[in-house]
Amino acid sequence: MLDTNKKPTILFSDEQEQLLEVASNFCRDRFPMSETRKRIAADEDLSRPLWDEMASLGWLGIAVPEEFGGSGLTLGEVVTVVEPMGEHLAGTPLISTTLAAQALLKAGTRAQKETWLPKICEGAIATLALSEPDGDWALERIAASATASGDTLTLKGTKTFVTDAASADLVIASVLFEGKPALVLITRDALAAGKLTREIVIDETRRSYRLDLDGITLPKSALLDADKTPAALNHIDQAACLLLSAEACGGANGVINVTIDYLKTRKQFDRYIGSYQALKHPTVDALLAMEAARSHLYYAATVFGDGIEGEVAVRMAKAQSGSALAFASDRSIQFHGGFGFTYDCDAQLYRRRGIWCEAQFGDATHHRAKLAEILF
Amino acid sequence: MSDNTPSPAELDAFRQEVADWFTANKPTDPGFLLPQSFMEVGTDEQFYFLRDWQKKVYEAGYLGMAWPKEYGGGGKPQVLQDIVTREMVKQKTPFMTNTIGLNWAGPLILNMGTEEQKKAFIPGILSADDIWCQGFSEPDHGSDLGNAQLKATRDGKEFVLNGSKIWTSLGRHAKHMILLARTNQNTNNKYEGLSFFLIPMQIQGIEVVPIKKLTGEFGFNQTFFTDARIDESCLIGKEGGGWQVAMATLAFERGAVGGQAGGHAMNSKHVSEVVALARTAKRNGKPAIEDVAIRDELVQLIIDERSQALNSSRARIKPLTQERPSSIPMSGKLIGSEYGRRLNQFALSLQGANAAYYVGDPLAYDGGLWQRSYFNAFSGTIGGGTSEVQHNIIGERVLGLPKS
Ligand SMILES: Cc1cc2nc3c(=O)[nH]c(=O)nc-3n(C[C@H](O)[C@H](O)[C@H](O)COP(=O)(O)OP(=O)(O)OC[C@H]3O[C@@H](n4cnc5c(N)ncnc54)[C@H](O)[C@@H]3O)c2cc1C
Repeated sequence: MLDTNKKPTILFSDEQEQLLEVASNFCRDRFPMSETRKRIAADEDLSRPLWDEMASLGWLGIAVPEEFGGSGLTLGEVVTVVEPMGEHLAGTPLISTTLAAQALLKAGTRAQKETWLPKICEGAIATLALSEPDGDWALERIAASATASGDTLTLKGTKTFVTDAASADLVIASVLFEGKPALVLITRDALAAGKLTREIVIDETRRSYRLDLDGITLPKSALLDADKTPAALNHIDQAACLLLSAEACGGANGVINVTIDYLKTRKQFDRYIGSYQALKHPTVDALLAMEAARSHLYYAATVFGDGIEGEVAVRMAKAQSGSALAFASDRSIQFHGGFGFTYDCDAQLYRRRGIWCEAQFGDATHHRAKLAEILF
Repeated sequence: MSDNTPSPAELDAFRQEVADWFTANKPTDPGFLLPQSFMEVGTDEQFYFLRDWQKKVYEAGYLGMAWPKEYGGGGKPQVLQDIVTREMVKQKTPFMTNTIGLNWAGPLILNMGTEEQKKAFIPGILSADDIWCQGFSEPDHGSDLGNAQLKATRDGKEFVLNGSKIWTSLGRHAKHMILLARTNQNTNNKYEGLSFFLIPMQIQGIEVVPIKKLTGEFGFNQTFFTDARIDESCLIGKEGGGWQVAMATLAFERGAVGGQAGGHAMNSKHVSEVVALARTAKRNGKPAIEDVAIRDELVQLIIDERSQALNSSRARIKPLTQERPSSIPMSGKLIGSEYGRRLNQFALSLQGANAAYYVGDPLAYDGGLWQRSYFNAFSGTIGGGTSEVQHNIIGERVLGLPKS
């Protein structure tokens, strides 16, 4: 059991401090809300110049070891980049690509790592295909399959929420192979036309695809290391939770600022609406929920990967950040009155993001149930 | 140990020394119910027991460790006192009963008092020889503290006090009071007529009457002032400058700024105790902890308890509090007290039908202490500025929202 008497301490590195500052400034410049709305409406999935800029800042290789062209830091440093992006609702393949790189690191063969990780650090886009149509969060429950005949694998099944798949150079999918969970590398050239269908998702800043695996054939060398796959899936689950927590914390702060601006400028009954306690007090509650979530986030970043302690921390962060963004954005819609009901009001963008963040890799109730299994 | 920051090895050695001392010296069960906080000291036997304990801790050198030596403090780094305070909480020793002296009157005097006031008051605060109480709230003015009306009328070099203060914790045992009183009835602004005094309690014209609490025990009091005379040297800060002093006091009280003598002010329940309760309480023939809904709420409480420790950890990291630096320091009291109330309330709901027992019944869980501590938890959500008022303060000062 977990030592709950130990006083948890957040550590924050110089690298984290620098990255947080650079990323905050970058997001303020590059992702004003007008830009986010343009992205939503844009035909192309991605702004290449922006992505290249992010690559040149070294953000795609933060948690990739130096031997593969990265900076050799940790996901704790990636958190400091993702949080401000979440605040500005930036929609980029940063999380998809980071997680795919983590999958390679944890379960890729030497050759796979040497081929792909340097490319990713330089700007190749990669993504994971884990979810399936039943929407179950349990990553090890897989219906899709791969069967081998000679040196060829044939895939079958459907994967959902494959983010940024259309721009991806590499998709890593989970399938059952010989009765066990396996991960396979699917390069862009293996995806025939019609295999990807754009999904209509609630968070319109995302580009998400359904991947039809039926009939896709790959060389057997596309399999990641089978022995390492279960641990890798567990790692991906936690890494995704960590980054989505960062995104949700940033989002909560962003939407709180949207609410506060309105509460300070809108007048009714000759008074600023922010003077009414029915609005003021829940806004304070939103602030406190966000602050708590942020503390959990940076603790989870501190102990990430540290066995049970790390898992507990990241699940707590995921639960708290999801709830914090849900509450802050839900109240933001309400506190904008009729304007809150419009597409033009930014509150809805954050609410949509919040639903996305909770739906991906587990909501608060899910993580509390998992925590109960560990703690009791 | 030197005044410089102690080395990690020194800190470890000190931690061990402190743990050993408290293990060896913490008092055994006195055989009567102890209060859970300084706001609930109701009987003489409770009071003397707690006072002796504080004295013992002070004499061992474990209180006021970072306060200046010339006034009876230890003149040592604050980290050492923090280690001691944490150890007291960990070992669940009784709290330091002179809380008002140690944690708000004391730091206030050290910050704003005259040399004479420091010399006169600080040593007795630490040794618990001089207990302090607080005269802020009045029957008609509580949250609206700035409207306090107790009169302090100047008469030469004296002030004459008339009126009443209420909810005076420790009033019956106190030697001194920090008092907010109105020295001028005719100001344009209600705040400008207030002055702040450090007054003696055992003088003619002051009468302290106990009030029975919701738990059925005694705790706080009403204090009546009838032509009570005090010397003008009792003033702290300027005549008419009482509001600023009161605000500084509240910042100490709510833990928004540091400088307190140390020690804990209450014996709060922890979620680990509620988890233990959930393992013994029954639901449908099984331990309550196997119930899905109960597990969910318990985990949420564990998360919320940890949030507080993590908030204090993050508050020390500047780049992570840049946008709103006062947010964490100003919200600790609200979060902690509301958490305590919720935790105790949940502990009752775990007890099934037996939640209806109370202190004294042999079938009450843990002697009915949960019922009692649920009631006592409201001392945190009401005393020191209610949770609603805390919301206003955070909304206005941290988020910059317009005044209500
Ligand atoms: C156990 C305990 C010990 C105490 N010890 C001391 C002591 O030693 N010395 C001392 O001076 N005082 C003490 N107090 C008093 C405490 O500070 C006051 O009770 C508190 O400030 C509230 O004032 P009130 O009781 O007059 O309630 P009121 O101010 O009358 O409040 C009634 C209700 O109205 C709400 N309310 C009031 N104003 C607002 C507003 N502007 N916006 C929203 N809601 C509002 C309150 O939150 C509360 O729910 C103690 C109280 C308790 C419970």
